[in-house]
Amino acid sequence: MARSAPARSASRSLIWLGVIVVALIAVLGLGGGGFWNPTTWIPKLALDLEGGTQVILAPQLATGQTPTQDQLDQSVSIIRERVDSAGVAEAEVGTQGGANVVVTMPGTIDETTMNRIKSSARLTFRPVLYTAAQTNSAATASPTPGATDSPTPGPTDTPAPVDTPTAVPTDASDLNWVTPALQQRFDDFDCSQLNDPSYVANAPDDQPYITCGESDGAKYILGPVEVTGDKITDASAGLMADSQGRQTNTWAVYITFNDEGTRQFDAVTTRLYGYLDTDTTRNRFAIVLDGRVIEAPTTQSVITNGKPQISGSFTQQSAQTLADQLKFGALPISFTVQSQDTISATLGKAQLLAGLLAGLIGMILVLIYSLFQYRLLGLVTMASLVLMGVLTYLAIAIFSWQNGYRLSLAGVAGLIVSIGFTADSFIVYFERIRDELRDGKSLTGAVSAGWKRALRTILSAKFINLLSAVVLYILAAGNVQGFAFTLGVTTVIDVIVVLLFTHPILQLLAENRFFASGHPLTGLDPSALGAVYRGRAEFRFSPEARRKGAGGKEAAKRQTIAERKASEAAGVNGSNGEEA
Amino acid sequence: MSVDVTTPKPVKKPGNALTRFGNDLYTGARSYPFVRLRWWWYGIALVLLVIAVIVPVFRGGLAFGIEFRGGSEFTVSNVADTTEAIAKDAVRSVVPSSAADTTIVGGHSVVVQTDQLDVDDQAAVSRALASGYGVEEKEVTSSFIGPTWGADISRQAIIALIVFVLLAMIFMAAYFRTWKMSIAAIISLIHDIVITVGVYGVFGFEITPSAVIGFLTILGYSLYDTVVVFDKVRENTAEDGSGDLRTFGESVNLAVNQTLVRSINTGVVAVLPVAAILWIGAVALGAGTLRDIALALFVGIIIGTYSTICIAAPLYAQMREREPKIRKHTERVLAIRTKAATTAEVE
Repeated sequence: MARSAPARSASRSLIWLGVIVVALIAVLGLGGGGFWNPTTWIPKLALDLEGGTQVILAPQLATGQTPTQDQLDQSVSIIRERVDSAGVAEAEVGTQGGANVVVTMPGTIDETTMNRIKSSARLTFRPVLYTAAQTNSAATASPTPGATDSPTPGPTDTPAPVDTPTAVPTDASDLNWVTPALQQRFDDFDCSQLNDPSYVANAPDDQPYITCGESDGAKYILGPVEVTGDKITDASAGLMADSQGRQTNTWAVYITFNDEGTRQFDAVTTRLYGYLDTDTTRNRFAIVLDGRVIEAPTTQSVITNGKPQISGSFTQQSAQTLADQLKFGALPISFTVQSQDTISATLGKAQLLAGLLAGLIGMILVLIYSLFQYRLLGLVTMASLVLMGVLTYLAIAIFSWQNGYRLSLAGVAGLIVSIGFTADSFIVYFERIRDELRDGKSLTGAVSAGWKRALRTILSAKFINLLSAVVLYILAAGNVQGFAFTLGVTTVIDVIVVLLFTHPILQLLAENRFFASGHPLTGLDPSALGAVYRGRAEFRFSPEARRKGAGGKEAAKRQTIAERKASEAAGVNGSNGEEA
Repeated sequence: MSVDVTTPKPVKKPGNALTRFGNDLYTGARSYPFVRLRWWWYGIALVLLVIAVIVPVFRGGLAFGIEFRGGSEFTVSNVADTTEAIAKDAVRSVVPSSAADTTIVGGHSVVVQTDQLDVDDQAAVSRALASGYGVEEKEVTSSFIGPTWGADISRQAIIALIVFVLLAMIFMAAYFRTWKMSIAAIISLIHDIVITVGVYGVFGFEITPSAVIGFLTILGYSLYDTVVVFDKVRENTAEDGSGDLRTFGESVNLAVNQTLVRSINTGVVAVLPVAAILWIGAVALGAGTLRDIALALFVGIIIGTYSTICIAAPLYAQMREREPKIRKHTERVLAIRTKAATTAEVE
């Protein structure tokens, strides 16, 4: 017997479905790390399921400003190098919501790594003008007072003239920078003010700067910036050699400047070297990292080759950290820690198990309900849901491998919720088929007519779902994205499953003798559905249907009094006929 | 309205109760006057909305989770002895001034929330909790949340909400060829969201980022459900010609009735997995992502299904009934019906 047109199209659809499934498996198996590699088949899990630490860094900017994509990308790559150099395996660094940088790593994060990641590592070299121990009354000997106003900002070495010509600072070491006002602020300065990121962020390079020493706790007035850290091409940590070339136990950081930095450093050290015997304070040179003086060594020689070494109270670790920070550069913007999350692996595992268990219970409940409602059609629902589960799993594994997607608890919740949304496609479809059967169509006719109407409804409603997922994914941040992602993926897969599986299966079932018989177990029993019954496997179209042929219209017509009577009469006949 | 619910049935038909129910709804043999009773629904909605807004205000506003307030949170897993005093002592040993909020979760976990601690104190409290409860340090989960984090998430969520609602309105207006469906759908969407958030406010549940995810999902679900029913409304009303014997309101009402079984089935099927998450989340895990998402969804799905039937569809019918063309049609239908009734009596 030749196969019917719907059966042929059903087979075609099912073949396409098979092709898609095989293709997904092949893509994952061939590309994702090999067929026999278990990591290929297991999607990566997010922090809340796997355990680990997540740090969200927010940029410190003036209100209303947002970082540019360039700044963010640059920050991400610098932070990534810092994390890698700290020896943290499997750390991931990325951006979130167009503003924040997110660092995720397995296990816990130690303080050193944390500081290394978040320090903006902006390095500058400033000459020391004045220093005192950290007590607010320490200033006993005031330097020569200069102008009464603080100097107007101007280029580093040629500040713009101010009111009194004698007060114009001629270079960065000029004590005329220290106005009485500045002196007053210095006297009042408390080192804890440096904990306020905006104090550091707002310090202009071309002005003197009041700060404290990181290790010695002394207060400093520093001149304007002479050389900035971005002129550094290389930095390394090593043990210093003494004058005889023997290695000592003192750790130092070795810096190499580029040409411009070499010239600038040459000029500065030439000037400061001049103070060697006359002024032990102004002979010193402060290395300022993130607003604090890490070292303020004396200038023992003029450095012309652009390769200074910084020594002081370094340990191996602190020397290495500074060298890394200098080498891997300063962040273009400074960051503060917005949130830090550490999830224990135990909790993560418990949450994953709970999520999976909830999904299983949900599936079983849906199965029971749809079997009760749709009898054997409920099995079609279940098969469709299982297929959808397989496709979703493959899709997530592929996204995990290709795009580094990680399944989070919110994502799992999205998957479980999608069971209900997906089942709705089948419910809409089955109800449409039943409506057509109620109008007296044969099962084959009902499937094809019901499908046409259902498809339109399903597509438009799923579009709304997809729209919400896409908008949330693009605009929202954090966990919302993980949830939106699974919701979007399942919506697309849902449509694929309905198109290429559920509908073809129903087309085939419609030609199956058992289903076409309308046995009560099929869930498509025409007499149960109140269809107008005339004889075996044959249904008379109700008079309205013959006239109009449109479902909604028929229902409308049935509401008129005369026709309702007719249909009730037909109903009686139908039932009698069946019992006979 | 067309037919009342008590129409006698000639014989008992086969099929289960809901199938027969569906048959009768489809043919109009049984019909619930959703559209006619609209003022009842609007009244109920108004009362619910007022409760959802007023009660939280009296309670002092919505309770926001630590993610929105900022602070530090520790979760100690696999604890044998869940005495709260241990946590309080552990926190006080590090930061004497900080008060600790403790919650016992799922029988063997303790969640401790404190004011925002700095990085050193955070680590110290973790260690103190681990030794206090006699567990390994890796069993202690710690979070530090800056006060801007929640604000960032909420701002993004609100932007997403507005963009989605605008796009969905445009899509629905284009698909259904009428703005009035968009407006009816959006009004019922606002109804759903306010009531769902209101449930959190009334019962004092904390609003966490996971709950926000739930609220955002309700946006999608509420409109999704409305689109499915409106598509049937569109089908029924598009066929209404001048010769049709139903008023516009009756056409809408018939569509709602014809999709009622689907609405019930979908509502049940959508709620079942969510109820499973809610149960697992609340029983096995205690407070957390799963429970927070599921609670919002559980309330939202039920309200969303209800509002499509009782708010969106009657609103739409009401908005359209004012149109002169439809008003004229309604008058004619009613006139024909009076005449038919007279004729039937003569017969």
